[in-house]
Amino acid sequence: MAASDDGIAGAKSSLSLVTNLSVIFLVVLWLIPTVGLLVSSFRDRDAISSSGWWNAPFGTEQNFAVGAEGDFVQTPEGWLLEGNVFGDEGAGEITAFGGRRAEPTAFEPGVTGELVRGRTLTVEANGDYRYLDPGDTAPSRNPTLYFGTEVPPSFSTGNYESILFSNGMDVAFINTLTVTIPATIIPILIAAFAAYALAWMDFPFRGTIIAIIVGLLVVPLQLALVPMLKFHNQIGIGQSFYGIWFAHTGFGLPLAIYLLRNYMVGLPRDIIESAKVDGATDFMVFTKIVLPLSFPALASFAIFQFLWTWNDLLVAKVFLPSNSESWVMTVKIADDLLGSRGGDWGILAAAAFVSIAVPLIVFFTMQRYLVRGLLAGSVK
Amino acid sequence: MSPLLQGILTVIIGVGGCIGYFWTSNLVLDKVLFPPKGPNAGRNINRANQIRPWLFLLPALAALTLYLVYPVFGSFYRSLFNRAGTDFIGLGNYGALFGDTEFRTALFNNFLWVLFVPAAATFLGLLVAQLTDRLSWGNIAKSLIFMPMAISFVGASLIWKFVYAVDPEIGIINAIRDTIGMSPIDPLQVGFWNNFFLMVILVWIQTGFAMVILSAALRGIPEETIEAAIIDGASPVQIFFKIKIPQIMGTIVVVWTTITILVLKVFDIVYTMTGGNFGTQILPSYMMEYMFRDDGRATAVAFVIMLIVLPVMIWNIVQARKEVR
Repeated sequence: MAASDDGIAGAKSSLSLVTNLSVIFLVVLWLIPTVGLLVSSFRDRDAISSSGWWNAPFGTEQNFAVGAEGDFVQTPEGWLLEGNVFGDEGAGEITAFGGRRAEPTAFEPGVTGELVRGRTLTVEANGDYRYLDPGDTAPSRNPTLYFGTEVPPSFSTGNYESILFSNGMDVAFINTLTVTIPATIIPILIAAFAAYALAWMDFPFRGTIIAIIVGLLVVPLQLALVPMLKFHNQIGIGQSFYGIWFAHTGFGLPLAIYLLRNYMVGLPRDIIESAKVDGATDFMVFTKIVLPLSFPALASFAIFQFLWTWNDLLVAKVFLPSNSESWVMTVKIADDLLGSRGGDWGILAAAAFVSIAVPLIVFFTMQRYLVRGLLAGSVK
Repeated sequence: MSPLLQGILTVIIGVGGCIGYFWTSNLVLDKVLFPPKGPNAGRNINRANQIRPWLFLLPALAALTLYLVYPVFGSFYRSLFNRAGTDFIGLGNYGALFGDTEFRTALFNNFLWVLFVPAAATFLGLLVAQLTDRLSWGNIAKSLIFMPMAISFVGASLIWKFVYAVDPEIGIINAIRDTIGMSPIDPLQVGFWNNFFLMVILVWIQTGFAMVILSAALRGIPEETIEAAIIDGASPVQIFFKIKIPQIMGTIVVVWTTITILVLKVFDIVYTMTGGNFGTQILPSYMMEYMFRDDGRATAVAFVIMLIVLPVMIWNIVQARKEVR
């Protein structure tokens, strides 16, 4: 880089500080939603509803009710019950206590709280309590004690276990794979042959076909839903995995052919021509030379198509059967979990992360190719 | 049969069938129909070479025609029929559409989406591209902002459900309102503005896309023009708006158009977040309301979307024709 324009402005340090801060701000803004979901997915239902995920690393204050254990003993002041609210082995710190459900945190630890009919309750910070009933006869049942305490942050994989092993998400995961893998490979194969023909073979109407394909890039696939579903029913595949592969293949092809042709046109002409002079047929040239050389473009389209089919909701809703055995993960989340578990945030968060884990892994490992594909498609 | 086994089996059949077609058809062409040997070797090679392009193109053309070309006409044809597809009612479905307030809401909202989302995503993408250009950790920042591209619209909607949750212990927006003493609101039910809360999700996803492409375009600007401007005493802001922006205008248009088309197709966000309630309906989600129960109405909506996209499509074709020649 030549003299940077910040240098000319004469305020390099302050300008770059502002730049750094604004980028940090934007990145944080972009990450907050996802991080919130990730944190929530590891918290249990009580923790989620009692404190925001941004407080998750800190303890939360929660109220508990325990039945006092042990027997009353008679003392000069009345009937006395002593023990520890945390039980025998438990430990913790009391922040407040009370004797009634309506006021679970009426008293500070250490003070003697006045309850109804002259009864008193004292709870020390460490949980030791003294319950005194001044009555003549022993109380017929043990009282319930209420107290508030700081609960340390807890993270568990419970939500993931529950979503994966008891909610049918495992089936949805496999279904998603069953849709995605052929729906990624088939269009690549078909498009690669077509792109080679359009790039390197000579035949009538070549330019027209290319122009039509570029035009088809923008056709909204909503148009295809009704007529193609009818067509699938007529030829007997109905709503099935075959149907969704064909649909994804059809919808993915324009971009695939466009990207791959753009790339293949740029391959060096001499290699292909000398191979032909040596007697290679187009089929050999394609499989032995062009296909291996086109790996970057193939990879970038493969990532696109994979992300697109994995993340698709619309095509799956229309072309797959609507019974729960055939749900892919997006349908499972949108139609099942959001409806029936709408309030169970932990389960929802875990389900979302199960569904975005694979795309994120693909994304972060293959980002280079993804960017290359985007650039090939958009910048001339 | 376990679903996993069934999945693997179907994968093998599907992919195998596809490879089988290309391999066998070429074999038949070369060995059986026109073998490049014998008395007619030369003529056979020429004939094989005339047929082969179409062999290569056949599956692609068939799939494209069936899934993209035919539906344009097929959908229009169906949209002229009644609910069950039995009686011809001419443009009746279109008349009914424009008489429906929900459709008009959807059309208006879609218009808002097309106005706001591409503009916001392109602007933010350009901003991030320019800001991260010289940063030492620019690439990390970029890939973090790019990351939502990998997330499904359903996943993204779920992520934002948390952000927008009414409970101040869950939703960060209401938590902020809570700390400054305002009562919690449900962002998804605030009339008119809830549309923008939904659009934010798509902007969040698409900014990364705009950023990647615009950042490449910014890097492609020749050094000399910028150096000349610096020598002439232009400020960074002037350089950005008067030198850089005009030079990448073509790319900005491409990014803008691409996002616009995406907006016209997106249905997942509205479907998962509000189901089109509270005045957030857009055309694709409106169409899904009639899918499976009124083919005439559903295809009519789809065709309206097609009509909106049509100018872009024609422009694309014209550009491609120019380039191929």
